[in-house]
Amino acid sequence: MSLESFQQLNWSIMTPEFLILGVIAILVLMDLFMPKHMDRKMIGWIGIVAILAAMVATASMVGGPVESILHDTFRIDSFALAFKLLLLGGGALVLFLAVSYEPKDGVERYQAEFYYLFMTALLGAMLMTSSGDLITLYIGLELLSIPSYILAGIRKFHSQSNESAMKYVINGSISSAITLFGMSYVYGLTGTTNLLDMASKLATLSDSNHVYLLTLAFLMIVVGLGFKLAAAPFHMWAPDVYQGAPTPVTAFLSVVSKTAGFVIVIRILLTVFGFAATDGQGSIPILYNMQNYLAVIAAATMIIGNVVALKQTDIKRLFAYSSIAHAGYLLVAFTALTPNMFYSIWFYLLAYLLMNLGAFAIIQVVTEKAGSTKITEFAGLYRRSPVLAVSMGILLISLAGFPGTAGFIGKLNIFLGALYAEPGHYLLASIMIAATVVSYFYYFGIMTQIFFRPAADNSKFNIPFGIVVVLLVAVVGSVLFGILPNIAFDFLQNNLDIIADFFK
Amino acid sequence: MNLHAVLSLLVFSPLVGIIVLAILPKSQEIAIKAVGFLATLPPLALSLAVYAHYLAGKSLSDFSVSVPWIQFRGLQPDEPAYAVNYELAISGFQLLLVVLTSVVSTLAALGACRFIKKEWKGYFMLFLLLVTGMLGLFTAENMVLFFIFFEVTLIPTFFLIGKWGYFEKEKAAFSFLIYNGFGSAVLLIVIMILLAKTGTTNIVMLKEIIADPSVGLSADFKLGLFIALLIAFGVKLPIFPLHSWMLRVHVQAPPSVVMIHSGILLKIGAYGLIRFGMGIFPDQFKQLAVLLAILGVINLLYGAFLAFIQTDFKMVLAYSSISHMGIVLMGLAAMNEAGIQGAIFQVVSHGLISALLFFLVGVLYERTETSLIGNLGGLAKGMPLTAGFLLAAAMASLGLPGMSGFVSEFMAFLGLFKVEPWIAAVGSIGIIMTAVYLLRAVLGMTFGKAFRDFDGVLDLRGLELVPVLVLMLLIVLIGVYPSVLSSPLQATLETIMLGLGG
Repeated sequence: MSLESFQQLNWSIMTPEFLILGVIAILVLMDLFMPKHMDRKMIGWIGIVAILAAMVATASMVGGPVESILHDTFRIDSFALAFKLLLLGGGALVLFLAVSYEPKDGVERYQAEFYYLFMTALLGAMLMTSSGDLITLYIGLELLSIPSYILAGIRKFHSQSNESAMKYVINGSISSAITLFGMSYVYGLTGTTNLLDMASKLATLSDSNHVYLLTLAFLMIVVGLGFKLAAAPFHMWAPDVYQGAPTPVTAFLSVVSKTAGFVIVIRILLTVFGFAATDGQGSIPILYNMQNYLAVIAAATMIIGNVVALKQTDIKRLFAYSSIAHAGYLLVAFTALTPNMFYSIWFYLLAYLLMNLGAFAIIQVVTEKAGSTKITEFAGLYRRSPVLAVSMGILLISLAGFPGTAGFIGKLNIFLGALYAEPGHYLLASIMIAATVVSYFYYFGIMTQIFFRPAADNSKFNIPFGIVVVLLVAVVGSVLFGILPNIAFDFLQNNLDIIADFFK
Repeated sequence: MNLHAVLSLLVFSPLVGIIVLAILPKSQEIAIKAVGFLATLPPLALSLAVYAHYLAGKSLSDFSVSVPWIQFRGLQPDEPAYAVNYELAISGFQLLLVVLTSVVSTLAALGACRFIKKEWKGYFMLFLLLVTGMLGLFTAENMVLFFIFFEVTLIPTFFLIGKWGYFEKEKAAFSFLIYNGFGSAVLLIVIMILLAKTGTTNIVMLKEIIADPSVGLSADFKLGLFIALLIAFGVKLPIFPLHSWMLRVHVQAPPSVVMIHSGILLKIGAYGLIRFGMGIFPDQFKQLAVLLAILGVINLLYGAFLAFIQTDFKMVLAYSSISHMGIVLMGLAAMNEAGIQGAIFQVVSHGLISALLFFLVGVLYERTETSLIGNLGGLAKGMPLTAGFLLAAAMASLGLPGMSGFVSEFMAFLGLFKVEPWIAAVGSIGIIMTAVYLLRAVLGMTFGKAFRDFDGVLDLRGLELVPVLVLMLLIVLIGVYPSVLSSPLQATLETIMLGLGG
């Protein structure tokens, strides 16, 4: 490629990515040249500003045409924009948590890294949403994963954090390898890494050996990505990693990483396998053929996540299992494969982002003060800080999926999709509802601690500014989208025609 | 005044009280109690105004309101097919329940001022939220909205039981939450299937769609949905064997909450069965009528026999509630005008009677810190007024002519004897048992052997007399002049009978 044609590419569609990348570079240099004694918090604040600016840049592209550069490896379509907005919103809130995090256990030495590693990981996630090619998808995935490994272990002198990082690296690399292995089969069959080219080549597949190979590739990719989503039975790493990592990192893993995981699942599985024929042109695509397997994973994830959560005594482990369960609900939406799947997944991820990050904000305040992550540390929170207690109550009610909150509308959406698919997934929908009822036990278990039990110590909390912002956004958002969900529905439907754009 | 806003105002007016309470400082006990009580008055006044509007001969459909609310995206990208509107409306049957709810709520708020000893602020905020939920679910015109209000009642009730209850309150609260959560989950499945298959949850439209044979829903499918509804509301009613949670709640919750719980929340089960079960699935209801009648008799006898051996008066009343809900089921299963009317009468009448009984239990417990029958012997001497009202309430409950219990039981049995004489005959043992267990318990307390002396124990006085007198008056009013209930019901009954094809 000559320099001239290189310059003629429409680089402006990468503005949000460049913004983040540029600011990371500046922050690294700042950290290097800043005097040692100066407070690194500033770096975090600059990061937040950068993410918000990237969000504005992304939002300004909403409603534009589908564009792609660099041989279709980087594309901007409605799907990319919609999920990029979620990731950036989640990333900004996580950084708010991070700047309110009191560094200890070695984090104080790497405080600046703490902030820009979040941004690097976020950049990886953003690349994933816009990838039209297996190579960029994989690079995005690794760019997200590697900083996450470091972040999980950033509390250098804390043994749980070390364990957490170790487990995460090993499990993450294995899953990446499995995914890559699966991808290699697809590449071998089609001779291309471009997703849409693959799709058109696979649409006429009729050799049964090829179908067999492709099914194998499908299963391997599902297994590999299942690790990333922490879907059962590949969820074992999540509780240990969530427990050991610093709270903002846990929040990041449970929200931003998970959103990115769903992005890659949808991109690969839907484009490549959504059209791959099982028996010549016009036959059932592999993805539909394998729906039952996805359903089993979804059901197992919901059941295991919710049931094991019942026995937890550590709040971060409990939220690890809760986030596994929520991945299960999202997989139900994906399994149903209805056209409104994009909307229900997007909306649920939005609701999940709000309620989970809000809950983690409170968990961070309470556990940091108590110096322990036992659920019993929440005892008497209602007396110590009614504001925190009531906020947590609202967020837990949203997580449990009670009406009046975004969590309820999100579940309703998924539920409706599962039922009006033909044939309806009645069993899966029933499991989802039953699992939800089970989840009442542990969500309300936290509430009994907060509202019914007496406090061990009656000291008050200082709530840092960052936490206040996160809580405000989370609580107002959860209630607003619970009562007037059409704000979000209309935004999506009027501006982002995901289905039409997705295969362009 | 715009009549369409009346129902929304009626439902959401208690929320104003919550906002005021949120501002008040915790220590202002009297102000908090006053606000908590006063906030129940607007719904009361409005519901009575709606009743007056009806008595003036004007149509209740003047109050209907329907505003677009949520549009779930449909299968086709361009059609917003799955619309859920904000729809409130009121019919004669709903009107009765709304009036019942607002009356009992106001009286329960009065009771709470007396019985609740700590953290009034939180109590009244949750209580008012509960009132909003109850009023909302009786006026909701589509099933999604009904479900939302239904769940809104769950959360405050959970906290009211778990925080202000007696010794085993947390266990009772969880048992309440899980059973009702399970019931509402089943209900949600039904609602969502209906929404997915028919595109609406409006009750009137569903009625037509389900009755229309050209819509492709097989008979088995409808039967399945109906059975699911039966389970969902069976938990709430409660139907044996889904009742164990309700015993715990009756015993562990504070009396002012039990007044609401036994008086109104249990009635949601009956309301749901009539409105959705009978209204939307009349053919399926017919198919299972005998089963329902048998379940009703089981409830009636099971409750009555177990009530007979209880030593705690609260347990007697809890089992008596199960027993009386059996009569509701029996009346419904008769599927004729007398039976259904009897069932609805029983719903209202039991709501008033049990609210009264639990108020009296609350008074007794407050004075003596016990509700064991054996420990309360000789009450008539120490607390003559309380004992007198207790006896009167028990008489109403066992169906003494001239009181509301009699009219309802009489009609429910009349209806069932017409269609299933044998089942009804077995059921009538229950009537005798009711008299036996209630008299055993109440006479044991009022005239029984004195266990202690009641020196220095105050009788009913001052504001405490208000709930007692109001409830007693209403019970007698219905007993001697039943058309206060039957005339608003007429239109509802006609529609139901039309749906049943008889």
